[in-house]
Amino acid sequence: MDFNFSEDQILMRDAAREFAEKRLKPIAEELDAESHLPAELLKETAELGYFGLLAPEEYGGLAIDYLSYALVIEEISKMCAALAIAISVQNSLVIKAISRYGSAEQKSKYLPKLAAGEYIGSYCLSEPAAGTDAGALQCRAIRTGNDFVFNGTKSWVTSAGYASIFLVFAITDPSKGRKGISCIIVEKDAKGMSLGQPEKKMGLKASDTREVSFVDCNVPVVQLLGEENHGLKVAFSLLEAGRVGVAAQALGIAEAAFAEAVSYARERKQFGQAIIEFQATQFKLAEMATRIEASRLLTYRAAVLYDSGEPHVKEISMAKLFSSQTANYVANEAVQIHGGYGYVKEYAVERYFRDARITEIYEGTTEAQKMVIARVLMQETQH
Amino acid sequence: MFADSEYAGFRTEVRAFCESEIAPLALEADEKQIFPPTHLDKLQQKGWWKIQLPEEYGGINYNTVQYSIIVEELSRVCGSTGLTVAAHNSLGVGPIYSFGTPEQRDRYLRTDSSQAVLIAFGLTEPQAGSDAGGTQSVAVRNGDHYVLNGTKCWITSSNLCKYAIVTARTDKSGGVKGISSFILEKGMKGFSVGKKENKMGCRGSDTAFLHFDDVHVPVESRMGAEGEGFKQFMITLDGGRISIGAMALGLAVGAFEVAAKYAATHKQFGKPIGEYQAIQWKLADMATRIEAARGLIYGASVMKDKKQNYSQQSAMAKLYAAEVCNFVTSEAIGVLGGDGYSPRYPVERMYRDMKLTEIGEGTSEIQRMVIARAILKSIKVDA
Repeated sequence: MDFNFSEDQILMRDAAREFAEKRLKPIAEELDAESHLPAELLKETAELGYFGLLAPEEYGGLAIDYLSYALVIEEISKMCAALAIAISVQNSLVIKAISRYGSAEQKSKYLPKLAAGEYIGSYCLSEPAAGTDAGALQCRAIRTGNDFVFNGTKSWVTSAGYASIFLVFAITDPSKGRKGISCIIVEKDAKGMSLGQPEKKMGLKASDTREVSFVDCNVPVVQLLGEENHGLKVAFSLLEAGRVGVAAQALGIAEAAFAEAVSYARERKQFGQAIIEFQATQFKLAEMATRIEASRLLTYRAAVLYDSGEPHVKEISMAKLFSSQTANYVANEAVQIHGGYGYVKEYAVERYFRDARITEIYEGTTEAQKMVIARVLMQETQH
Repeated sequence: MFADSEYAGFRTEVRAFCESEIAPLALEADEKQIFPPTHLDKLQQKGWWKIQLPEEYGGINYNTVQYSIIVEELSRVCGSTGLTVAAHNSLGVGPIYSFGTPEQRDRYLRTDSSQAVLIAFGLTEPQAGSDAGGTQSVAVRNGDHYVLNGTKCWITSSNLCKYAIVTARTDKSGGVKGISSFILEKGMKGFSVGKKENKMGCRGSDTAFLHFDDVHVPVESRMGAEGEGFKQFMITLDGGRISIGAMALGLAVGAFEVAAKYAATHKQFGKPIGEYQAIQWKLADMATRIEAARGLIYGASVMKDKKQNYSQQSAMAKLYAAEVCNFVTSEAIGVLGGDGYSPRYPVERMYRDMKLTEIGEGTSEIQRMVIARAILKSIKVDA
């Protein structure tokens, strides 16, 4: 494949790299320790356009292609994976959903604010008992007159603490099972909706993650996004492409951990020489670099396939599967190369190790990716 | 069957204690980064600060199999407690009993039976990690005392301990034969505890720097002859490795049990996830590797009890058990999905605790060096 980046793609990548290096790198450790993305940083991110990367130009977005998008997420993830996921959810899930499925009114009401980062959006699919099996939702939004009445709980909702709108997947027709689910836009001050405390997590601590609960929460029927009872299709089609963002995030974490490992291996001396002189260290670095290169190719190719409209479902899952596994492999080896120093907060690899683990879990676990890949494989090989 | 199987009744009692007294404080110890003070007394009453000491020193005179069972069971519920007990017994009490004079044994080991007296072990320095022979701390003889200067890092129980065994160079000519051991006491002028480490895991264990600034150490506090320090700690670490291996085994067992229970009860797609082959194979691999690690740990324990040369076997046991622990705790998170990333389930903590076992008391790389050296030494090549 040819990855001769266009000038625009290079510009996007370099700008993101500069933002990450100058603005994020100095504060990443502090954001993790304080488990918080400050409002000021979110505002700055918005001003740079990162919350509107995938929004159409007519609504004030940058409307960049997926390869550019992957490059931006990769660069930001190198320094702050928590901010990267907020950007990823905003763009590939929330903005994409409204751009693709929204009514004209919904688009003009929400997209300009989302594109400007004035609104942050959350995506509410998972529930305590419905993770990989997203079709097993229990949250209900039963139509009563001109309203949907919500009852239920959503878990692991990214950016919930500062989100202005929530895309909530809920059962609208209990008699139809998986085909009775709809996606509805809920605004933050909806009566009957409440936010839990921020979840404590192993990593990605600066990312705001909460439960969102609904008790007799009334939302006007005009807030329905897309067709009624076709919500699951909406959810899956968004996740399919959204995974490019997580693949790029994992790639960025791996690259950053690798860079730290190389520079430490050069400066750390034991037994009278830099540890990079030991073959055992060299072989670790060779393996890490090779897997990173493979992740990069898979991720960029998945983005290009998506952009060109070619079949991409299997390829995106492969990119997400392999990149997230690589992030964990590389972060683990990077800690190992650092020895005791890799186990303490002063060294960034400690954070990369904790952050990497989530990339194999969210937007479809490693197991869910394998299910997708196998399903497509079986379809492709049917005669 | 394994060497520990004849101790089934013993294990049952140990487990009951760990579950009722240690497990309830594990989460808090991790969150507050504090070794629960009540553990000191409770473990003292059990005799677990003197597990392998003869009764005349107030010890309970257990063999290494029993000691490994205790560390395994403690770590199954709380890695920080397992680590603290293992470091104290193997690295603090052990060398004083093995290498100390009768007077030193009386002074440091025949202690008041009503309270816990912890002993730390100071070997590693900022510039001497895997290359422990590269010690830069210096002890200069001056009449009836030595003047000690230097810094030690990653020292377990730095604040909790009353005594600390530390190594320093007594011969400026360099080389490992110029290293000697000294037993320091808290309160000695110039002996101070530095910054406490903010670690990824084992956050309930008390890890800090030790600083020596012109500490006057009486000659009678030297352990063994001048120049014996390196040999002493190589022997000490052979034993210590079994206990860190037992810690890794315990963490793996703890995580596996949580994952197996979760798989049997958590439903997705209408049935417990344990009914899916993907999850079954994970559980099968986890359980198989745990059994293999168990065989190595208790095999090495028996060899030590039989006073056979167990250096290679303890390195193998530690290497393998730590890597199994990495695999198992990571797979356990895979089974739990998002729940595995949250401290609501202990696997989140166990995964972070795990990484210490691949680093502390000799990294996995050092274990491989020890094993390879023993293998190559055993092969006679005709000249």
